[in-house]
Amino acid sequence: MTEKKPLIAVVGAGPAGLSAAIEASRAGARVLLIDENQKPGGQLFKQIHKFFGSEAHKAGTRGVEIGRQLLAETQASGAEVKLGWPVYGVYPDGRVVYGSSQGAKSILADRVVLAAGATENCLAFEGSTLPGVMTAGAAQTFINEHRVLPGQRVVMVGSGNVGLIICYQLMQAGAQIAALVEAGPAIGGYAVHAAKLRRAGVPVYLSHTVHRALGQDRVEQVELAALDERFQKVEGSLKTVEADTLCMAVGLTPMVELAALAGCALTESPVLGGTVPVHNPDMRTTNPRYYVAGDIAGVEEASTAIEEGRLAGIAAAESLGLGTADAPAKKAAVRESLAALRAGTFGAKRFTAKEAILAQFGKEAAI
Amino acid sequence: MNEAICAGLLTPELLNALPGVPDPQRMEEGPVAVIECAQEIPCNPCCRACPQGAITVAPVITALPSLRGEVCTGCGLCIPKCPGLAIFVVHKNYTESTSLVSFPYEYLPLPAVGDTLPCAGRDGAYLTHGVVKRVLTPTVYDHTAVVTVEVPKAHCMAVRTIERGGAAK
Amino acid sequence: MRIQNHPILGEAPQPDTYIYFDGKQIPAVTGEPVAAALLAAGVHTFRHTAKTGQPRGIFCGIGRCNDCKMIVDGVPNTRTCVTPVREGMEVRTQYGLGEEETAHD
Repeated sequence: MTEKKPLIAVVGAGPAGLSAAIEASRAGARVLLIDENQKPGGQLFKQIHKFFGSEAHKAGTRGVEIGRQLLAETQASGAEVKLGWPVYGVYPDGRVVYGSSQGAKSILADRVVLAAGATENCLAFEGSTLPGVMTAGAAQTFINEHRVLPGQRVVMVGSGNVGLIICYQLMQAGAQIAALVEAGPAIGGYAVHAAKLRRAGVPVYLSHTVHRALGQDRVEQVELAALDERFQKVEGSLKTVEADTLCMAVGLTPMVELAALAGCALTESPVLGGTVPVHNPDMRTTNPRYYVAGDIAGVEEASTAIEEGRLAGIAAAESLGLGTADAPAKKAAVRESLAALRAGTFGAKRFTAKEAILAQFGKEAAI
Repeated sequence: MNEAICAGLLTPELLNALPGVPDPQRMEEGPVAVIECAQEIPCNPCCRACPQGAITVAPVITALPSLRGEVCTGCGLCIPKCPGLAIFVVHKNYTESTSLVSFPYEYLPLPAVGDTLPCAGRDGAYLTHGVVKRVLTPTVYDHTAVVTVEVPKAHCMAVRTIERGGAAK
Repeated sequence: MRIQNHPILGEAPQPDTYIYFDGKQIPAVTGEPVAAALLAAGVHTFRHTAKTGQPRGIFCGIGRCNDCKMIVDGVPNTRTCVTPVREGMEVRTQYGLGEEETAHD
């Protein structure tokens, strides 16, 4: 009997994938959630700060706790979770191929939710391959998940929320921030995050970039260069900062490879991180079997990823005739919450970019 | 957007213009919350944190938090609930010459009551020494300690933390 | 360096086992990635590149970039940031693609 229930495969067990799996299971679908990592949660368990957002949606709660709640809900929902299996292929008909050292497997799903997340961008400069140069996410993974400090004195490049939050977390883990470096003339992330660093006396270098990292077998010094208004290095402006670690927080790029394989139309959205799958308000792509949620659909935040995941899970199930009575009201509530998360000075750009993707879906559908 | 706000360095003029910062009269009348939230970000846990209902974020979730000074008792329950660590409680007239400043603190080691420690302002620079009067770490604060220091009255709107590492000195 | 205590996360798990790095025994926590045990032991160079012999260490930390590849229990090109520690594992610095090592198998 249960075998006859429609199958929804969810790729990626981060905040978006977990949320999609929970909602799809609750709606009555058989759900298979697959992730390449040994542990579920994606990057959520590294987010040890209290989240912004609506109090009604767990704001004020630390990401790590939200992660625990999502895992408990996933377990209670009855979704099957497969860990340690990278999904390396999908076909337009809904076939999902995944493998490990134990071999390859494939399954034909009625619907697939792609929640593959995003990958961190990096900068190339002299010395950027030295041990001690790493992405900000790597540093965060080591301090908050593995509980090992990668270095004592850190230079952070990039002052968006990721750079600001990870600077703070590095200090909480016992490191010093030798410099926060931002190419633009102003800090990119929230002022309240910046204020935490200011109160701790972190040196901030606006309109600066990293010129090179120096060291024998490991970072020992970082040279910074001032930038003019056209982002060109100012001659004679080099400063040397003593540091053993250099972290880059210079944006993320959606991992859209699987969506491309599934034949989903893609579009460019610089605000959301680059190439993203075109999708409709249900998070459905131009391939009706495929849905997207979270950073793959445009880089935002864990809170938006959770809401998009819920939306995709509800809608994918609804499209299979499951949970149809509740779906419209549930989707409306999630969309309202998403609109709130995309309001204000910071969110407005993302809201507009998302609207453009929805408009693009209309055009693709017309073709 | 204002440069100083973006930079995370609020000036006295900017502070006075914020709806979450009490007027000078209220500051004289006893402990009160000072909400140093100056950017329209989608966030409202402070509202429900207040048992008196003194804080509102309305009509939209991105509105700046607004404090009704006459309702606020200065209890400080909002301090650990703010994800931005942007809420403080100032008791300006604690004694004739000193004030109490309460702030969130998420570093180790925690200071101990009775310690005399260097205190810093919004830019992290040393301002004055202060005496630690309270260090609250109940479970509901979820690892955000609330530290209260007694400082010379002139510094009550400037001191916002102990110098980082100050507790270790 | 291991973080002993943390304001949010509390006390960190302490080493309960060991692995070998280039023949030297180092402490480790069962199940943590090999890269974490190495970093805690002060190891930053995990491999040397094939052409110029430059050192490489941890870069992305989540199995994407392949910079932290080493020879683990005789298997070259093992991503140490996503390979869990097991007691007595033999971890060796990798030079180039680690081909010499496979020849022993």
